[in-house]
Amino acid sequence: MIAHPAAEFKESARSVAADRRHRSLIQKALGGYYTKRDEQITKFKSWSHAREAASAIKWDAVNHLDKYLEQFATRAEANGAKVHWASNGSEARKIILNILHEENVRRVIKSKCMTSEEIHLNEAMIEAGLEVVESDLGEFIVQLRKEPPYHFVFPAMHLTRDEVSEVFEKNLGSQPSESPEELTMIARGVMRKKYCEADAGISGANFAIAETGMISITENEGNARLTTSLPRIHIALLGIEKILPKLSDLALFLPLLATAGAGQPLTCYNSMISGPQRKGGGVSEPDGPEHLHIILLDNHRTRLLADPEQRDALHCIRCGACLNVCPIFKNVGGHTYGTTYQGPIGSVITPHFRGLQKWKHLSAASSLCGACTSACPVKIDIHHHLLHNRRNAAREKPLWWERAAYLLFAFFAKNHRLYYALLPIARIGRRLQGLFRALHLDPFFAWTGTRELPPMTEPSFREQWRKRKSVFTR
Amino acid sequence: MSRRADILKRVKNALSLPALWLGDTSHDGQGHGNSSVLTQMSHSTGQPREWLPVVGNSFQERIQLFEKNTQALKAGFYHCSGREEAHEILKQIGSREGWKKVASHRGELISPAAEALGIPILWTNDGYDIAELEVCDVGITGCDALIAQTGSVLVTACSAGGRAISVLPPHHVVIAREMDLLPDLPAAFELLEFRYGKSREGYPSFISFITGPSRTGDIERILVLGAHGPKELTILLVP
Repeated sequence: MIAHPAAEFKESARSVAADRRHRSLIQKALGGYYTKRDEQITKFKSWSHAREAASAIKWDAVNHLDKYLEQFATRAEANGAKVHWASNGSEARKIILNILHEENVRRVIKSKCMTSEEIHLNEAMIEAGLEVVESDLGEFIVQLRKEPPYHFVFPAMHLTRDEVSEVFEKNLGSQPSESPEELTMIARGVMRKKYCEADAGISGANFAIAETGMISITENEGNARLTTSLPRIHIALLGIEKILPKLSDLALFLPLLATAGAGQPLTCYNSMISGPQRKGGGVSEPDGPEHLHIILLDNHRTRLLADPEQRDALHCIRCGACLNVCPIFKNVGGHTYGTTYQGPIGSVITPHFRGLQKWKHLSAASSLCGACTSACPVKIDIHHHLLHNRRNAAREKPLWWERAAYLLFAFFAKNHRLYYALLPIARIGRRLQGLFRALHLDPFFAWTGTRELPPMTEPSFREQWRKRKSVFTR
Repeated sequence: MSRRADILKRVKNALSLPALWLGDTSHDGQGHGNSSVLTQMSHSTGQPREWLPVVGNSFQERIQLFEKNTQALKAGFYHCSGREEAHEILKQIGSREGWKKVASHRGELISPAAEALGIPILWTNDGYDIAELEVCDVGITGCDALIAQTGSVLVTACSAGGRAISVLPPHHVVIAREMDLLPDLPAAFELLEFRYGKSREGYPSFISFITGPSRTGDIERILVLGAHGPKELTILLVP
């Protein structure tokens, strides 16, 4: 656990923002993304209507979550899945470890699942003596490096091919390579054995369909398909907000997610799973797991749900578009956030999940430019929610000096004679401050260390008005 | 049961205050979900087809769009004049890539194509050994539909010989009929509902839209084909 997330954020932000290597990597990676995304968006008859419709569907799903969750669970169980409910991370971990223990599982293969990062599932499974392998290439790389994912869609976006080659050489004993293709093939080779040997596969889900009790998984690599097809147990861990009412809603959400998330018309594999391998009842499927366990996780999502102002943050489909356009994310990088969900949406939801006072600094790490809100495919009002978090934090625990400063300002602003009498003194103060500008002696160093103080108008508007009034009133 | 009841109760309580409608922040968190606005919005929302990418109306336009999309996805696409031509193309690809073993499933359209290759065949229909599938060079399967809008192939455990045959072997060959070509994703979901949702047997346990060969961009966002799934996807369309 991080002791002072705000202090760590500041320190990490300072060093990453000045790291040119990081900057050029991120710029190159995201430059390609912008081009591809814009190309896909123009193919839509109406991208803005598509977003509006998606937002309306998610609004319906989230605001009738109780009804849809019950429907989902009932249908999924009718399909032969076992549905488990977990209030928090420790309950979810316990449920999963119990299943693994009862089924005599030794080896676990995982496909990308941010919810499992949220509840630190890997650590718990490794502690229980299980072999755990992440199969998504990016996740596999960061797992070998013992780091958290850098970006919840592109986990290894911060690494160069040399760094990947190095970590493979060290951990897998492979030959060094400068070719991303060769490096991918090394991982492919390692992983194929793991799929065939694994007793259980753990996946997340992008959507849970209430109408049919299916989970829908979106991926490019095929690792999720293998994870959910070959091992005899499939465990899917998902947050309760993943609900979509109807199967046909995916006709809109799948292309929306692909376009916003990676600039693709459709992600390579969009798979809908409704249960374990089917046998009997006139249907006999050749393969698939013997059991499907679906774990529905709350973990403070109901806390966010109870806030009608910010409830739409639960519409999030985790496409990562808001990270990709965020000037703060691009400067400070994903690891600086210290959260499972990085970027603007992470800054909105983390205070609800892990405590407002401890994580309020994330809401201040914003230029309020609104790029996130305009990129969001489900139209979450992200940058206003950052303001709501700031307001709520100040309301809940006001800072005495901030209040004092505003009271003082209000006092002077209301007494204009006093205000203008003190103006010349302020000007002298500004000149003196100029001597120490950008030095630690400067009382405004927190601001002037990296920025200019806004200039004071000289002469002020009032002074100018007094002089020129005659011209206008003639 | 108790956890289920707990969570559902928490959800219900949380929803007791109605949410603001879509970005309406004028009430400063006091939440007055305006139901008349909601009804208006849902009336004006219509169907996804109205906003998704354009698809032509004629078969020719759709086939051209499908072909264009498969090219962009780096998948192979052959519009064959008949089954013989499809078998011929398969044999050519097979000898070029040196296929030694093929995985396939029984089907009126699929079995003859696999048999025409003249190499050992693993039939997946009645269950199979994973290790044996792992050494197959190619999986030849059927499908439920092709989607012109996205260049996708719609497969299910039922139409494509299970789950793994279309993802474990390094080359996936799909054989489809012209009548399987659908315009767009909404049509694909209509087909699924009609074919499975409304049937007595219900939906297969696995449904997937396959859009091009397996890919990754996890290293420096550079596209690499064949991450974990097939490095190649070939679609043969027969009358």
